[in-house]
Amino acid sequence: MIIAVASGKGGTGKTTVAVNLALVAGSVCLLDCDVEEPNAHLFLKPEWREETPVTVPVPEVDVSRCTGCGECARVCAYHAIAVIPGIDKNPQPLVFPHLCHACGACSLLCPTGAIHENRRSIGIIQKGTRGSVSFAHGKMNVGEVLSPVLIRRVKELADSRGLTIIDAPPGTSCPVVAAIRGVDFCLMVTEPTPFGLHDLVLAVAVVRQMKIPFGVVINRAGLGNDAVENYCRVEHIPVLARIPFAREIAVCYSGGETLVDKSLAMAGLFHELYKNILRVKDETDRCS
Amino acid sequence: MKVCITASGAELGSQVDPRFGRCQTFVIFDLESGAIEAVSNPNIETSGGAGIQSAQLVASKGVTAVITGHVGPNAFGVLNAAGVEIFIGSAGTVKDAAEAYRSGKLQRAQAEDARSKPVPGR
Repeated sequence: MIIAVASGKGGTGKTTVAVNLALVAGSVCLLDCDVEEPNAHLFLKPEWREETPVTVPVPEVDVSRCTGCGECARVCAYHAIAVIPGIDKNPQPLVFPHLCHACGACSLLCPTGAIHENRRSIGIIQKGTRGSVSFAHGKMNVGEVLSPVLIRRVKELADSRGLTIIDAPPGTSCPVVAAIRGVDFCLMVTEPTPFGLHDLVLAVAVVRQMKIPFGVVINRAGLGNDAVENYCRVEHIPVLARIPFAREIAVCYSGGETLVDKSLAMAGLFHELYKNILRVKDETDRCS
Repeated sequence: MKVCITASGAELGSQVDPRFGRCQTFVIFDLESGAIEAVSNPNIETSGGAGIQSAQLVASKGVTAVITGHVGPNAFGVLNAAGVEIFIGSAGTVKDAAEAYRSGKLQRAQAEDARSKPVPGR
């Protein structure tokens, strides 16, 4: 089973929930798919074992075969190639690697076969372990835009037989969709504030559209107002855990420590959360 | 000799549009004959690469200079490769800008610290 931990709003506690859930779930694979700024390793502190580069194809044009027809620039949906009259009047193709989405259309459709593909590095995947948790994350190079590609590569490391927990990026756009597509359950972490509610509503629309069973974790419970609780009640969304708004938790987080290691009450809360996920997942499966 | 002025409309009295890639109109002005061609910019609502597309369009019109407010690194790279001079910081009407250009008052943009540079074919 794959459980993704997502949220609309950033900073609600996805990583805290993902890491602590992994630690109580026993033998588990934890994948940090927030490749633009992975941080689960700061809390898990895995022993690193392996690092692999991730590359994507990027076109290179052989000008001796280029007729300047401009077909590559026309077919590129991302405007990553321009063909211009150069200073010497010969047609000059220009490639913008950072706009390229590596779809391959230009090299496929070039009538003279003047385009071949090089590999361009977009980031790395690092793997490690801590106890019974096997861990991996993607780290995207600064300035890159192709996070869905790297996220999909990280997800290929999911344990097909056991339990995998994915720490998803925040928001509701392509990287989130890439991270949660195909998962069995989605935990939405929110906080009881107007911002928390606003972005939760957007994120719920995404998981409903993707038909992924889900439940909510309210972090910093006791802060703000009742609007998130009321919304969940009206929408029949199960609230699977409430993590209290407490100074000790903030202190623990700031020191890079995990809640379940510091507090028995927290270990109990995350055990309960895991049981609740299994129960709700089971109920949803039986209804569908 | 033709120059391109980025404008918010198609007239000589239209204001210079400070954006290059997503300006409303490219006013292409023939300095010898005084003829104007106004090209409505098809790249205004493109999701990305507007500067590249616009630079490609302008270069294909055979202009020798672009007069605008600001130019980004990608558009700069394309215009530079096409041998089109770039003058930034222009304001006022299209007519003012053309006159400022003619009297040599405009500052030519130098190569900037581009975030992403195009890779030329080999």
